[in-house]
Amino acid sequence: MKTVLEKITTFFVVLILPALVIYLTVYFGLKRETPEILEYTNKSEQIISVDHSEFEILQQDFVDPRDVTAACLSCHNKRDDELMQSSHWLWEREAYIPGRGEVKIGKINLINNFCTGAPGNNGSCMRCHIGYGWEDKSFDFDNPNNIDCLVCHDKTDTYFKQKGQAGMPATEETANAEYAVPDYNYVSQNVGIPDRDNCGICHFYGGGGNNVKHGDLEEAMFRGDRNLDVHMGIDGKDMTCVDCHETQNHNIKGRAYSVSSENTNRINCEQCHTDKPHNDRVIDYHSHKVACQTCHIPVYAKKNATSLWWDWSLAGQKDENGNAFKEYDADHNYSYLSIKGRFVFDNMVEPEYYWFNGTVDHYLIDDTITEFPVKINTLFGDYNDSTAKIWPVKVHRGRQPYDPVNKGLLSVNLWGPEKGDGAFWNDLDWDVAIQQGMDYWGRDYSGQYDFVETEAFWPLNHQVSPKEEVLGCTDCHSRNNSRIASLNDFYLPGRDYDKAVDYSGFALIFLSLFGISIHTILRIVAPFKFK
Amino acid sequence: MQKFKLYTRFERFWHWTQMALVMLLILTGFEIHGNFSLFGFENSVRLHNSSAWAFMGLAVVSILFMLFSHQYVNFIPTTKKLKEQIQYYTLGIFRKDPHPTKKSLYNKLNPLQRLIYAGLLILIFPVQIITGLVYMYYHYPQNPLDAAGLKSAAVTHTIGAFMVVAFILVHMYMTTTGHSVSSNIKAMITGFEKEEEEHKAETKPNA
Repeated sequence: MKTVLEKITTFFVVLILPALVIYLTVYFGLKRETPEILEYTNKSEQIISVDHSEFEILQQDFVDPRDVTAACLSCHNKRDDELMQSSHWLWEREAYIPGRGEVKIGKINLINNFCTGAPGNNGSCMRCHIGYGWEDKSFDFDNPNNIDCLVCHDKTDTYFKQKGQAGMPATEETANAEYAVPDYNYVSQNVGIPDRDNCGICHFYGGGGNNVKHGDLEEAMFRGDRNLDVHMGIDGKDMTCVDCHETQNHNIKGRAYSVSSENTNRINCEQCHTDKPHNDRVIDYHSHKVACQTCHIPVYAKKNATSLWWDWSLAGQKDENGNAFKEYDADHNYSYLSIKGRFVFDNMVEPEYYWFNGTVDHYLIDDTITEFPVKINTLFGDYNDSTAKIWPVKVHRGRQPYDPVNKGLLSVNLWGPEKGDGAFWNDLDWDVAIQQGMDYWGRDYSGQYDFVETEAFWPLNHQVSPKEEVLGCTDCHSRNNSRIASLNDFYLPGRDYDKAVDYSGFALIFLSLFGISIHTILRIVAPFKFK
Repeated sequence: MQKFKLYTRFERFWHWTQMALVMLLILTGFEIHGNFSLFGFENSVRLHNSSAWAFMGLAVVSILFMLFSHQYVNFIPTTKKLKEQIQYYTLGIFRKDPHPTKKSLYNKLNPLQRLIYAGLLILIFPVQIITGLVYMYYHYPQNPLDAAGLKSAAVTHTIGAFMVVAFILVHMYMTTTGHSVSSNIKAMITGFEKEEEEHKAETKPNA
């Protein structure tokens, strides 16, 4: 009886109880709370507008769109003051850049590595200015009637700025098969909060075509599904731009670091999702050092391709008939354009990863080139910076004209209204096009040009993937193929190890096994000898 | 031959639970370290954390047990008969000499074991626990001390892990050096050890 009891006790003590502890350890270890489900009402559903069609002032016979603006401002007074301070209007703003101090920068004075810069190409580039007729430096930034209210607030999808008209819609004189004179009564009586059509018409086409610039903003998002963008998918939450880009008094939240510098007025995922969105300690802790975007935007340019390499040095070639020509790659993206050079486009691109604290330096027009490739902008941050996080970035690389004597990137006159006016896209002559570009900017030009490699850094924020598609642990925590292999200013578990320690450690294990083997053999063999 | 009690119920529970937890810690730990794939990285992280907590909980309970049951005396290192013990493992064992020390409820460990276990308890376990807690909670170098990241804690933790693995290998082998190959393991399961004939007279529990 006693031995049976002992056996039961033993069974319980050495098997059942330890197994119970292990079971509980595994159970609670693997238990995961589910993330909180957010309740959110889209802004487009919240706002009930007045019926503009009942306003008498909008019944008038509009000819000039500036009269529409005047009509808008007659009720919406002071809105022009707000708007005329915005970077959508000024194309520049004051910004503090670490190491430089206070500067005034924006599209108006920055050089990029796409079409190199807007000023001097106003007819084409200023089509995306929220004003009417910024043809040259004489544009009146103080005239509120120059504001184009409709391009952002049109809800009819019938109002467009015409190509090559510096922001003007078609008029009786310029109307053609592509662009008709807008029906200003219809448009102005159907205005409202901007939707993705309003924002996208410019922001999806930066760089001269769909998705050329951003890589994460493109026309597929006008009507994309939730696989393309989990927030904007029309089969999902169907959120539009302004749901995240919250706007007060025409001050729109959000920063594009191709033109911005400061860590202010940004949009954070935490606005809606809180800083503990996973309801899981280990994963939530990552947010101290890893931006949400890093895991949740595993690839960008998910539908249509984006430019990754733009080589201006090969532009200007002509076919056997002396004409400009085009070439396409296997995916029907441009691979060569005489007017623009050689391209590498791709879709489903894995981002590159950089530390980023929300502050950015830019190449300014007076800068002297000291390092190659030239950085069009520089994202600040490193591991030891408590405000920096690992961020997914589209890096746009290419070659573009620079002045080897003055050691500066050059401004080029690319667009012009007609052949023979010296613009590169009309005449394919670098000497003239650069001289005209530099003259417009009022910059010194040595008369010599060459091409230099440049890179521009575009932190990614859009095309957030559904949760099934996000990165897993071993996408980074892995000895080989870690996505953040290039970020090696810190110790990353699973990726990093101390070689000396690991080799010594395995040597210790090997020696232990070796010693055990020798000892075992001796124990078997020796007794015979001692007999 | 006569049986005598060597391990209490708690000690046996403690030993085998700890064994399972340490196995889990080693497997998940080296998976996290990048040496192999077994449970999946995320599961390994979760299991490593939870088994670490279970291990620490068990450690607290066992320390209390040791204190109240006076069993801690087993772990106090001594040099008495240390030389003889070393001689036994390097020579005597091959001649089938008798063990130089005899076990009892209050003298479970030979002097060599006492030394090694004291080393584990004083050096390896606390270092693993402290670096492990740093790993879990002290992620970022800014406050309050600048540890310049995880590296120092992680590398120390790895060194400790290798030592634990080496300890376990030798420890498992040493279980075969009782008076029969399986007697030590049997004792850790049943709690009772069979006395070796020649020590019969001296090994009455003195409690």
